[in-house]
Amino acid sequence: MGYDPKEPLKDRITDIGPRDYKEFLPPVIKENWGKWLYHDILEPGVLVHVSETGAKVYTVRVGGCRLMSVTHIREICEIADKHCGGHLRFTTRNNVEFMVDDESKLKPLMEDLESREFAGGSKKFPKGGTGAGLTNIVHTQGWIHCHTPAIDASGIVKCVMDELYDDFQDMRFPAHVRISLACCLNMCGAVHCSDIAILGIHRMPPMLDHEHLGNMCEIPLAIAACPTGAIKPATVDGKKSVAVNNERCMFCGNCYTMCPSMPLADEEGSGVALLVGGKISNRITEPKFSKVVVPFIPNEPPRWPSTVEAIKKILYAYVEDAKKYERLGDWAQRIGWERFFEKTGLPFSGHLIDDYRFAYTTWRQSTQFKF
Amino acid sequence: MAKHKTPMLDELEKGKWPSFVSDIKQEAENRGKTSVDLQTPKEACDDLLGLLELTYKDKVVHWKHGGIVGVFGYGGGVIGRYCDQPDQFPAIRDFHTMRVNQPSSKFYSTEFLRQLCDLWERRGSGLTNMHGSTGDIILLGTTTPQLEEVFWEMTHNLHQDLGGSGSNLRTPSDCIGMARCEYACYDTMALCYNLTMEYQDELHRPAFPYKFKFKFDGCPNGCVASIARADMSFIGTWRDDIRIDQEAVKAYVGGEFKPNAGAHSGRDWGAFDIQKEVIGLCPTQCMEWDGKKLKIDNKECTRCMHCINVMPRALRIGQDTGASILFGAKAPILEGAQMSTLTVPFMKIEEPYDEIKDLIEKVWDYWSEEGKNRERLGEMIQRVGFQKFLEVCELEPDPRMIQEPRSNPYIFWKEGDVPGGWDRDINEFRKKHQR
Repeated sequence: MGYDPKEPLKDRITDIGPRDYKEFLPPVIKENWGKWLYHDILEPGVLVHVSETGAKVYTVRVGGCRLMSVTHIREICEIADKHCGGHLRFTTRNNVEFMVDDESKLKPLMEDLESREFAGGSKKFPKGGTGAGLTNIVHTQGWIHCHTPAIDASGIVKCVMDELYDDFQDMRFPAHVRISLACCLNMCGAVHCSDIAILGIHRMPPMLDHEHLGNMCEIPLAIAACPTGAIKPATVDGKKSVAVNNERCMFCGNCYTMCPSMPLADEEGSGVALLVGGKISNRITEPKFSKVVVPFIPNEPPRWPSTVEAIKKILYAYVEDAKKYERLGDWAQRIGWERFFEKTGLPFSGHLIDDYRFAYTTWRQSTQFKF
Repeated sequence: MAKHKTPMLDELEKGKWPSFVSDIKQEAENRGKTSVDLQTPKEACDDLLGLLELTYKDKVVHWKHGGIVGVFGYGGGVIGRYCDQPDQFPAIRDFHTMRVNQPSSKFYSTEFLRQLCDLWERRGSGLTNMHGSTGDIILLGTTTPQLEEVFWEMTHNLHQDLGGSGSNLRTPSDCIGMARCEYACYDTMALCYNLTMEYQDELHRPAFPYKFKFKFDGCPNGCVASIARADMSFIGTWRDDIRIDQEAVKAYVGGEFKPNAGAHSGRDWGAFDIQKEVIGLCPTQCMEWDGKKLKIDNKECTRCMHCINVMPRALRIGQDTGASILFGAKAPILEGAQMSTLTVPFMKIEEPYDEIKDLIEKVWDYWSEEGKNRERLGEMIQRVGFQKFLEVCELEPDPRMIQEPRSNPYIFWKEGDVPGGWDRDINEFRKKHQR
């Protein structure tokens, strides 16, 4: 029994959707659905939620790589079977949560998690990611499996988290800090509202593979894809192709998404931009977009030292200077961006002044600035 | 012995954070010695490491542009991927991704995860993403002939379907909601599951101008970032009073309870100061503390969650709960990043969710008709105007929907707005006004 290539439609099942979440809930969660009264963070990475029934659920949150082998997932299952009655969950930020319904089960679970290391020496299950500290980085696919990236994803995340490891396991920040990475402007990761966003960008216009472009691409779609109208049809050596007005190119890569004969990525041209000060929550202040504060850092595999250094500068300037509850963007807004560049030591350049849509709204129309 | 030398990747085995390189290496080793009758190349993980090492050297990716592959009858859920150095890395010549629709809030039984692991070890690379950016389980890398095999086994044995990709409804996702959060204003998991099941056709068969995302946040803290990432964002809220336990407020003031549920305990911020940390930071200044009693002028509250986050044992969300519905968020490609715009200030969220479905279908009908190729809903709303969008939704304009009224007077009046319409006679006009 199984799939029969000779009869692909035989016994076919479609449109059944995901499994019903109710099948996967631990009993304590099911029994206290909607009855939770409050929670406490007992220590970094450990939470207790208390129900009106008096029931408690203890959660241990550990960081994970979003790239995960079945061997590793089986190990997670083994832990969940041993300590958590065969249930677990993942968070939206690539953390894994192990839940127990009794405080006495907490210590053996934490010791078990703490003891496990990869052959190379890194921790398999670092506890943390709660409260006013750093949680795990959400990221996109990068060089491991995408066709449009300007930078790697998993590698940069590993380098940044290695450096900020202690802050993942602490809660000493003024507010929580969300770092996100998207490996190109398509932003599958939608990093545009993060406290610190690591973004892959290009700086060179597309190359044109005239020999094949006419056959590989729908030329009108490639032309329509360009937000600045920089692409027009052209005939090159008798073949249908396109011409690009390089002056108008904003290096978004949208043409390459539509046409494989227009690659942009380049050893020198592609690299990292850093954006800061975004937030999602409505707490105290409204949600905000992240702003570009470092226009370009070259790709430096395998450890991306300049990127890591710039992130540390921004993060620690904020941590030292901000008031309690102030998110990174709220801090920058309060002290003023001129002060932000002074305190972080980042250079300001013309690249950081907006010249795209609605640019005017980001220039200063007042005399209220600081010397 | 590893198939390829990977000196640069080996640097990523150092440091304390979990190493994805170590994990891929352990999978490569296990594939080398397993007794499972692997249906995909044994050396897939080895070759992936080799290819990634080459990429680290070249600093330009080695995956080719797309490739149309899929399972019969679906237009999404599978993303084609081919290596541009197939001779050097034959085990990952074709290395397609499959998106699997995750359960609401990503709770799992180990039984299910093990079944999925067994399937993907045998018929894929053994590598996954737990989870992808949109929320799906991502199965990373298999060959073209295995796609139907995986789909067959997944639907028949695991009773589990694929997720969305391309110009369709993308796999919806939600926060933990009522499962384990006291702030949940509606049942995010139930609504997420219900709409996912209702719109299976839209999810599997791309018929939209571009992608469309639903995300469900249970409260204005926004843990799944719906306001930034979803074409249609559901954010839980309430319209009655915050519930106050005055004794518990005193316990916070007296230092008996840890403020912020202990979220700031890594630094000595001094004794908790309710005046400074709660009353003073309230964005609408609608709170008062006289040393004995906390008062909230609930009518002026904008439900930012700060006071509740600081004192979760003393303050609770109201009881007349529901959700605000916002439309149009997207990442910057192309016209710039957008956050969702408040369109329905409040809606009760109750099964069978007919009011929600009615709204969804009105929006989809219009967008399918009027949207340009690869135009996200938010971009279309900018192009046609928010007033037009309200007409489409059959909603009355409300000052809650805007930051401020327009500052330009260029109102696009309609003929019906003026008594008597626009028909005039120039000759009648000239009788009173000489040329």
